[in-house]
Amino acid sequence: MTAIPLGVPRRLVEFTLDGQEVRVPEGSTILDACRAAGKEVPTLCQGDTLTPKNACRVCVVELEGARTLVPACSRKAEAGMEVRTDTERARHSRKLVIELLASSVDLSTTPEVAGWIKEYEAKPDRFGPDAARLDEEPKIDNGLYVRDYDKCILCYKCVDACGDQWQNTFAISVSGRGFDARIAVEHDAPLTDSACVYCGNCIEVCPTGALSFKSEFDMRAAGTWDESAQTETTTVCAYCGVGCNLTLHVQDNEIVKVTSPHDNPVTHGNLCIKGRFGYQHVQNRD
Amino acid sequence: MDLHFGDSKPTDEERAAIDALLGPPESSWEGAARDEMRAADLRWARGGREARERRDLLLPGLHAVNDRIGWVSEGALDYLCRRLTVPPAEAYGVATFYAMFSVRPRPATVLHVCTDLACAAAGAAELCAGVEARLGPGSGVGVQRSPCLGLCERAPAALAVRAGDPVRTAVSAPATVARAAEAASAPDSAPEEPPAAFAVPQSGDPSLVLLSRVGVVDPASLDDYRAHGGYAALRQAFALGPAGVIREVTDAGLVGRGGAAFPTGRKWQATASQPDRPHYLVCNADESEPGTFKDRVVMEGDPYALVEAMTIAAYAVGAHKGYLYLRGEYPRALRRMEHAIGQARARGLLGEDVLGQGYAFDIEIRRGAGAYICGEETALFNSIEGYRGEPRSKPPFPVEKGLFGRPTAENNVETLVNVLPILTRGAEAYAAIGTPGSTGPKLYCVSGSVDRPGIYELPFGATLGELLALAGVRERLRAVLLGGAAGGFVRPDELDIPLTFEGTRAAGTTLGSGVVMAFDDTVPLPRLLLRIAEFFRDESCGQCVPCRVGTVRQEEALHRIAERRGAAAADDLALLREVGRAMRDASICGLGQTAWNAVESAIDRLGAYE
Repeated sequence: MTAIPLGVPRRLVEFTLDGQEVRVPEGSTILDACRAAGKEVPTLCQGDTLTPKNACRVCVVELEGARTLVPACSRKAEAGMEVRTDTERARHSRKLVIELLASSVDLSTTPEVAGWIKEYEAKPDRFGPDAARLDEEPKIDNGLYVRDYDKCILCYKCVDACGDQWQNTFAISVSGRGFDARIAVEHDAPLTDSACVYCGNCIEVCPTGALSFKSEFDMRAAGTWDESAQTETTTVCAYCGVGCNLTLHVQDNEIVKVTSPHDNPVTHGNLCIKGRFGYQHVQNRD
Repeated sequence: MDLHFGDSKPTDEERAAIDALLGPPESSWEGAARDEMRAADLRWARGGREARERRDLLLPGLHAVNDRIGWVSEGALDYLCRRLTVPPAEAYGVATFYAMFSVRPRPATVLHVCTDLACAAAGAAELCAGVEARLGPGSGVGVQRSPCLGLCERAPAALAVRAGDPVRTAVSAPATVARAAEAASAPDSAPEEPPAAFAVPQSGDPSLVLLSRVGVVDPASLDDYRAHGGYAALRQAFALGPAGVIREVTDAGLVGRGGAAFPTGRKWQATASQPDRPHYLVCNADESEPGTFKDRVVMEGDPYALVEAMTIAAYAVGAHKGYLYLRGEYPRALRRMEHAIGQARARGLLGEDVLGQGYAFDIEIRRGAGAYICGEETALFNSIEGYRGEPRSKPPFPVEKGLFGRPTAENNVETLVNVLPILTRGAEAYAAIGTPGSTGPKLYCVSGSVDRPGIYELPFGATLGELLALAGVRERLRAVLLGGAAGGFVRPDELDIPLTFEGTRAAGTTLGSGVVMAFDDTVPLPRLLLRIAEFFRDESCGQCVPCRVGTVRQEEALHRIAERRGAAAADDLALLREVGRAMRDASICGLGQTAWNAVESAIDRLGAYE
């Protein structure tokens, strides 16, 4: 007989969300409650497999009694809270966060951002033609993946995935301070001189496409990357006995990218170098 | 954790600097040469909890290297990481976070020239240009423009730091090009700084409570401190017991003097009642708000008072370990506090059995390394723990999960020294000072366009005009900045504002940390605002978007309108308001939330661009 783990029963917390009473299990965040209620709150730095860092501040909502807005992604629901998600004040801050990011970072490969710019009537151009940008060149120092920090919004997800939340490799960190802060390995060295084990779990969590497979980066540069022409097939990695699920992204009969389902109980979206990048033998035809 | 190190090796001197802090390496994993090893001692490493518990030595380790060599090389950083089992990428992230460290080679002597508000008004731009011209490449001195050095009463100021064993420092204030260059070229023979009492124009006045000993006692002498009433408060604390101390502090109405004005008794009660152990006491002496220098003067002039006050606070909240996080740019305060703590320890006033009462308490000093953000309470915890000084999100609050994840009471220097008169005079007598809403005496840091700049002590309730009259405010006053860069400007016709928390709030401004900076009409306001904006852009930690990018956009807009007025500035003023509102509403911590305060007040109250 298979035992089904039920977990510790959780109490329900009742609070007001946009004027309506909602009940969520204790420990849920405001964002969890919003999603359960079918409310759209934009997120960037929030990751389904990571502890919220609440760095991007695009998910801020208004909490009755709080001096400032609060991040929905990390603020836990408490009984009796009164939360409003779509006030003018919250929308103003979201709009500004989108404008500040879009005026300094290349968001061309960030999914959903174009829709938010329209929805919040953001005008990133209004900071003028001289507004400071990151101005980073893509770092291409290995054959597996590219770090294009011109697209980096400094969400800390790659650092958390590389560090104590998943991989425990600690190859990257945030260096510098303020607007000059960048994700880097020690001494800003190339990846090949770092502790990186090329698991690619940082690519898996990157929300903006700053980190991408070399194959994707090259195809985008050549103008041949076409997600609508891609199929996704989930299979089991054949390298060892752990049984990680792989999702193969295939375009024109070539594997162009490998991910793993985030809800997979074995991987939680994480892979090792073999599962992530070791697919070339499948398509060597001669 | 699978640590990966490069091939860079530390020089003998770098190794010696780190070993002087951490002791010689114990295994070859930690970097010991093989011939130094004992047979049983091959390649073991500290791991797990034992390794993590040493992470907080990262910042002292970086200081050790930077003090000895002047910068942190790849080899030195790798060796430090080996010794502490810290990933090099993380250590690099920490080293590059602080303004006082460099990961590029630089001259052994660095001259920090303050270009902040009070110094700018006193001619820092000319000083800087002159010093840079005189100390060019080849002079062996690197010149670094610096945010406020906390020497505003002697503006313009410069601080020379010469790496070596030991590191040497010299302060030149008020600085001229010649004197600053001399301090940098020969820090050992630079003239001694004037005593701390020089910064206290009221020194010797019998009505002083907090500053009564500054300039009166010998700051090096514990006996002199005791002869002037020292350690009476601690005896009283032991007589009252921890709960009694908290009750007195609560009844006295003491609130935090660092800027947030949180009731101290409530904070202590909340910490003391946490079941989780150990509890910690942290004294925030990372005084970096431009225009603030009161904590420096207290530590330089009456260091034992802080030692005693920290002991009382720790006793009240049930802590046996206290950290004094001291600003990196305060060399004399560091020397005085190190000496005072050593003396107190030798005389049984710190240690296993304080005053023979069976209570154990000791204080460790941790130096900051040039980061305003580390004055934010949770950023300060991260800094002590050896991480980047980035604020944490609250809740959980420090009283529940603070330093090392334990219940922590964190107080500013001025707040703590207020505890001494509360205990010696009694809560009732203390609460009789000031107003019902703001009790006790308050320290003000007065600088700028006044004849007698310095620290002033007045009971809460005195007006801004009374304070400025005391300091000898000069003619043609144009504006007064209250509370520093995070505070706000008021007009010369608003000098009847009562200096209390409730009074300043009612007037739509803030007392902040007690900065009162007077500006006459010779200083163009847009230039001051630009300096404030530069300050926030430089000091933003970079964690959250509203502050990281917002402070940059604020500075850019102020640049554009530096020479514009009226309709020509209207678009950018509207833009500033929108950015400022998002920074205030959506930033993680107080830095971003207040980054627009002073600019907003200058636009609205002073009509800066009309």
